[in-house]
Amino acid sequence: MTRTANLATRLAEAAGTHSVVAAPEELVNYAVDGLSPAVVVQPSSAAEVVEVVKFALAEKLKVVPFGSGSKCEIGMAPTRYEIAVDISAMREVAHYDAGDLTLSVDAGMTMRELEAFLKPHGQFLPLAVPCFESATVGGTVASGVDSVLRRQYGTARDFLLGAEFVDGKAKLCKSGGRVVKNVTGYDLHKLLIGSLGTLGIITRLNFRTFPMQPVSGGYVANFSRGTEALDYRERLENSGLPLTNVEVIDSETMQIIRAILWRVESRVFSAIEDAAWCVYSSFEGSEAVTRRVSDELQKLGGDSGAGHREVLESGADEVLGGMLREAFEWLRYASPATILYRLAICGKIKEAVEELISAAESLSLRSALLVRAAGIIYFALLAEKEEAMLAPAPKIDSVVVPLARKYGGHATLMHAPLSAKLKITEARLERGDAVLQSRVKKVFDPSDIFVPGRMVGGI
Amino acid sequence: MDQSLIREVKSLLGVANVLDKPEDLLLYEFDGSVEKARPELVVFPYATEDVSNIVRLAAKYEVPIVGRGAGTGLSGGALARGGGVMIVFARMNRILEIDLAQRRVVVQPGVVNLEITRAVESAGFYFAPDPSSAKSCTIGGNVAENAGGPHTLAYGVTTNHVAALELVLPDGEVVRVGTKHGDAAGYDLCGLLVGSEGTLALVTEITVKLSRKPESVKTLLAVFATIDDASHAVTEMTARGITPAACEMMDGWTLGVVEDYIHAGFPRDSGAVLLIEVEGLREAVEEQAAAVEGVCSSCHAREVRLAKDDHERDLLWKGRKNAFGALGRIAPSNYVLDGVIPRSKLPQVMQRSREIGEKFGFRVGNIFHAGDGNLHPILLYDPRDTAQFEKAIAASEEIMRVCVELGGALTGEHGVGMEKNELMPLMFSEADFALMRRIHDAFNPDSALNPGKIFPLNKGCGEIRIKKKKTAAGMRA
Repeated sequence: MTRTANLATRLAEAAGTHSVVAAPEELVNYAVDGLSPAVVVQPSSAAEVVEVVKFALAEKLKVVPFGSGSKCEIGMAPTRYEIAVDISAMREVAHYDAGDLTLSVDAGMTMRELEAFLKPHGQFLPLAVPCFESATVGGTVASGVDSVLRRQYGTARDFLLGAEFVDGKAKLCKSGGRVVKNVTGYDLHKLLIGSLGTLGIITRLNFRTFPMQPVSGGYVANFSRGTEALDYRERLENSGLPLTNVEVIDSETMQIIRAILWRVESRVFSAIEDAAWCVYSSFEGSEAVTRRVSDELQKLGGDSGAGHREVLESGADEVLGGMLREAFEWLRYASPATILYRLAICGKIKEAVEELISAAESLSLRSALLVRAAGIIYFALLAEKEEAMLAPAPKIDSVVVPLARKYGGHATLMHAPLSAKLKITEARLERGDAVLQSRVKKVFDPSDIFVPGRMVGGI
Repeated sequence: MDQSLIREVKSLLGVANVLDKPEDLLLYEFDGSVEKARPELVVFPYATEDVSNIVRLAAKYEVPIVGRGAGTGLSGGALARGGGVMIVFARMNRILEIDLAQRRVVVQPGVVNLEITRAVESAGFYFAPDPSSAKSCTIGGNVAENAGGPHTLAYGVTTNHVAALELVLPDGEVVRVGTKHGDAAGYDLCGLLVGSEGTLALVTEITVKLSRKPESVKTLLAVFATIDDASHAVTEMTARGITPAACEMMDGWTLGVVEDYIHAGFPRDSGAVLLIEVEGLREAVEEQAAAVEGVCSSCHAREVRLAKDDHERDLLWKGRKNAFGALGRIAPSNYVLDGVIPRSKLPQVMQRSREIGEKFGFRVGNIFHAGDGNLHPILLYDPRDTAQFEKAIAASEEIMRVCVELGGALTGEHGVGMEKNELMPLMFSEADFALMRRIHDAFNPDSALNPGKIFPLNKGCGEIRIKKKKTAAGMRA
């Protein structure tokens, strides 16, 4: 008997659930980098997840934890994949103490549902991430994607208080707790952030929540040249103003934004109508605070040599802010064959941008670029055909990865056509670090059942 | 201790950087906790290479190692529970790089916490984690314990301000984790290492993130007739989404003791005070100060006083930060507990803590980070009175149980160390321990680094395999 014969029936029996499907038309929705699972299981509790993992271990099958699937292609292509564990049926708020600003939520709840849950209490979770409608809380944490609110609120690492997860030995484990300050035991939950599902299946997450601010706003300043825009960005970053976000959008990315706006909204608002390079900054707070920030932004904008400058009316701010939150989503589909990187670098943004653009030009590829606060750069290479990316893919990777390292950070491959992705095989970890990374993987997942090969370095 | 090891270490570091006489070692058997354990050899490296060489030597002689900063820790984390070699980082105290443009500073582990701020404050920056011992504790110790402090309410604890680490593993290999930016490829090893209490690796270099000094700061002292009223004020502030930079509580009895020592201007006739700081843009600070005042008044504060200048502000903070020292004047010793509770449960826990103190015959003092629910009940005792000491331990355990029962945690900033390792099963299951143990063993397979910490010794947890053959006597577990 092959490993996958009667799999659905056997898995349903073992896990004690009826939510197992093996119909090909369903399985295709769970494909990751060209691999479709043999079966999809949708557990309704952590106990069922434990049974699924026990089954996978016994049958030597490989598992992909699956939220909405919106970020499943971040990282390298998995080497094998038989069971998709769809956690979207686990979507309860397990504990909420509004008076303590703490929350414990099942991993399958979507970000939009969580927002709706917290809103009546005047609170929110500052994870404004792409695919916000469908992204699950668990997937958001496991993917490690950026929130556009990072400048003000930090990353999940700063407000994830604890987690429950099923490890590769099929044990339900927990780390951390539900209080805002806690140094009891190892912070294993921090390892889950950005682990791309390779360490275990997250079943529940504990967060610190934050009070919503009464007023928010946005301001744009347009520039004809990138250097001017990046100089202005630097002045904003050093201004001491409590900005929630600062984004520099290059001319190619602006064209993509305008094209989407025409398609979705049937209009492009005046602030960005003629922008080549655009710098968007957002802010929030009380009336008095936002008034002060808005005034100072206008002054800084006026002194910057910007062309068109504008405080956005609330509707336009909501649209542009929302679009920038979703940048990962539309940048990866900006051309039929896009390679998208996310770089996190420590300063030298101007130099990095210049080098990235010149690397794209040297390979005769179009590029689109978005510089986010906190040293984050989204860099997309665009092509009309997948074949056109085959030769440049390893070359561009050999530029981007060392460049990010040179500037004190690292680069993540967020999206690439599969054929191009398979050409990118460079081991990206320093030697000693790679040894520790492998040890961590082996501790959590000794039988290597969770998404083998997906992490950097082939872990 | 094998004399050959001592000879080799002296030849490696020079005799001036090695202590092996009993009278010298005595100084290193204490930290700020109620525990004690004496090392057999104390060494003072100057560079990463020294540390790596010492670790290799210790491995050769199968002797355990414990790292130590200034020894200000409060959970026995820097005590040599398994005897062996203590590596004191006091002489690895150089600031290696200041990059103001990128807001990063690279330091050796023996740099004193406050020295980082002193090095950058003229440019308008500071290092946010501010433990009460900031004038003496080292950044290496802060990293090991994931130290907090009064201002972590708004700015987070040490882990939120560390971008990269250089490590020496138990086999002497030197490894770097994290990046100057902070985000790194692969798993967040920095996040794991910070707060691992020296049980996974020795940290020999730290890249920290700087914060920008706020435009405006206001410090308020809210005076209450009872601890209950002050506790309700904290709960109410949290519930209304008011997040000060710091919100500290001191009870009336403790205030009297502090006032005798510091003369900070604290009222002697109150039940409790809250020391609250709000920071940010001028406009935000004005509004937050007004909101804080409003909440305190609605919770029956008899006075909300605004520090009129930097001198008064500094004096109030001096009183808060030296409060433990002040208590040292009235009793031979004090036991500072460290537990965390949901802030909504603060009034309830203060009451329970008082009752437990009474049950064991202690008057419980309170100086703590009320804003993040991080309690520090203080029990005064005489260490020569064994029965009283044991009562203090029993009272502590009961208070910790209450914290955990109410959804809290065993420690908010002092660490588990050898103080609370036996209480860990209150929070963690066998499966949780098994995974933590495997992580421990993946880094520190022979328990050569800081044995006897974090994990319970009496539950057959095999990770604590202290090598008794070549270690000192006196191990307590």
